[in-house]
Amino acid sequence: MAESLSVPPPWYGRTREALRAYRLVAGMWLRASLAYRTSFWITTVGNAVTSLLDFVVIAVMFQHTTTLGGWTLPQVAFLYGTSGLTLGLADLLVGSLDQLGQRVRDGSVDTVLVRPAAALAQLSADRFALRRAGRVVQNLLVLGWSLWELQLDWTGPKLLVMAVLVVCGTVIFGSAFVAGAAFQFFATDAAEVQNSVTYGGATMLQYPPSVFARDLVRGAVYGIPLAFVNWLPALYLLGLPDPIGVPGWFRFASPLAALLCAAAAGLAWRAGIRSYRSTGS
Amino acid sequence: MAIIEVEDVARTFTVRRKVGRLKRERSEVRAVDGLSFEVAAGEMVGYIGPNGAGKSTTIKMLTGILVPSEGRLRVAGADPSRERVRLARRIGVVFGQRTTLWWDLPLRDSYELARRIYRIEDARYRRNLDRCIDLLELGPLLDVPVRQLSLGQRMRGDIAAALLHDPEVLYLDEPTIGLDVVSKNRVREFLAEINAESGTTVLLTTHDLTDIERLCSRVMVIDHGRVVYDGGLEGLHNVGGSERTLVVDLAAPEPDPISIPGARVVRMEGPRQWLAFPATDSAAPLVAAIAARYPLVDLSVKEPAIEDVIARMYGGGTTEGERSLEGSVAGA
Repeated sequence: MAESLSVPPPWYGRTREALRAYRLVAGMWLRASLAYRTSFWITTVGNAVTSLLDFVVIAVMFQHTTTLGGWTLPQVAFLYGTSGLTLGLADLLVGSLDQLGQRVRDGSVDTVLVRPAAALAQLSADRFALRRAGRVVQNLLVLGWSLWELQLDWTGPKLLVMAVLVVCGTVIFGSAFVAGAAFQFFATDAAEVQNSVTYGGATMLQYPPSVFARDLVRGAVYGIPLAFVNWLPALYLLGLPDPIGVPGWFRFASPLAALLCAAAAGLAWRAGIRSYRSTGS
Repeated sequence: MAIIEVEDVARTFTVRRKVGRLKRERSEVRAVDGLSFEVAAGEMVGYIGPNGAGKSTTIKMLTGILVPSEGRLRVAGADPSRERVRLARRIGVVFGQRTTLWWDLPLRDSYELARRIYRIEDARYRRNLDRCIDLLELGPLLDVPVRQLSLGQRMRGDIAAALLHDPEVLYLDEPTIGLDVVSKNRVREFLAEINAESGTTVLLTTHDLTDIERLCSRVMVIDHGRVVYDGGLEGLHNVGGSERTLVVDLAAPEPDPISIPGARVVRMEGPRQWLAFPATDSAAPLVAAIAARYPLVDLSVKEPAIEDVIARMYGGGTTEGERSLEGSVAGA
């Protein structure tokens, strides 16, 4: 009897199986990448340097002004760090999905579908590359500097919101990658649309919402909810007034936004796979 | 007992074609149409047909990659499109033109991944891998990165990878394409051995009829999405109006072709003449008729080449296919 009580729900087993398949496939790519060690280090360092250049641009701007849209340099650095960190984590985990169109065209999605594991897990882990961690590390450094300068008063709730920010931001960007990939089942060269949301979105989130047109910011709250990645939690964490004009509880609503994004991405993925399996293109 | 059941299966694709500058026309293509067959457990079946006949579409539906538009499929008791992941554990698939091996890693690593993805118990994994290494001569290749393998070596590696989890059904899509004669023979011997020893059901598509001659007691010919022949390889001669050839050596060159009912001369060279007659007819009355009228030195009978028989069949299938397409358009 005790056994039947502890039987986990079916989604739990499926998720565990999918994560296991992800780990196995990613591990293979990791080992394959070590076959080219020099190239690994060059691209890792290269990635970190190119993403650092973005920050140099912001720092140069502050040579001429003390605030940007009412935010100080450490505060903007906080946005920069959190935006890059969450995008970097999402890119590290599922970023390979933007190559899906290529795999659809050359037919290698078929080899994935004949293995006993979830297709999304296998395809996300495809070409898993630790060099993408370069962006994560570089953004962590900027975030670290920002927190050092800001000298925030870390209460329990603030620590929790900070942790939730990282997780939910990663989920929101990850959902954009998955939804974008799902779209590539229909149009194999649609990666650019998804890039505008992920990379374009992340660049937008590096700057305070107050420097953007009101409509754009509202779109980031009610449309594609990128504002929940870092803008809204940052208002609470940094103790800043709301320049957007949204309900106060939105600052803590990132988990809800992440959940909605993940659900929408999941549906899009299912539709994409279904379309592939009925057209076989 | 049938391990593969295909019942009235159809698969239509929508094709968009450019008409003029902006307009696009949608049309429906029936890649597979009213396909029905059964394969018994332990059988080894050759599945042949011209390019675009629907071979790959069938294999994709049998593996669960493609969902059929109409009809019913069952493989090892499962509905492939609904139970894709469950079925994947019970089937093995080799796409001849596409490797599932890991390009930059030693061959051994691909097998290790299969062991973990399929959760193969250690003893079984060892046994199956040892058998593949032994029969496919993979020993010296195990530590070589796959990208350094030759096409034949890679194919052997791919076939082994598809068999480590003891699949009940093995699909091979062009397993000998691009291989040299030695590699082809090794692959064929291995498949025959696996089929005989483990009772693995094998369905293979190929353009090389030697594969079929060596391996399959049964052959299915598909054209325009339908099975146009299903039976033994010898039986192919009796369908599609194939012809045998009687080669006649006369005592002296004849100025005119031999003229007898039931046969026609297709070639003349000095005293030798070639006469074609229906494969289903007996050669004896022809020989008697010729001997009665011409001085005979020697003669021999040639069986039709299987390639020619099948080529003739594809030709015949075309008109039938077109007719059925017209029928379905009129019906819609």
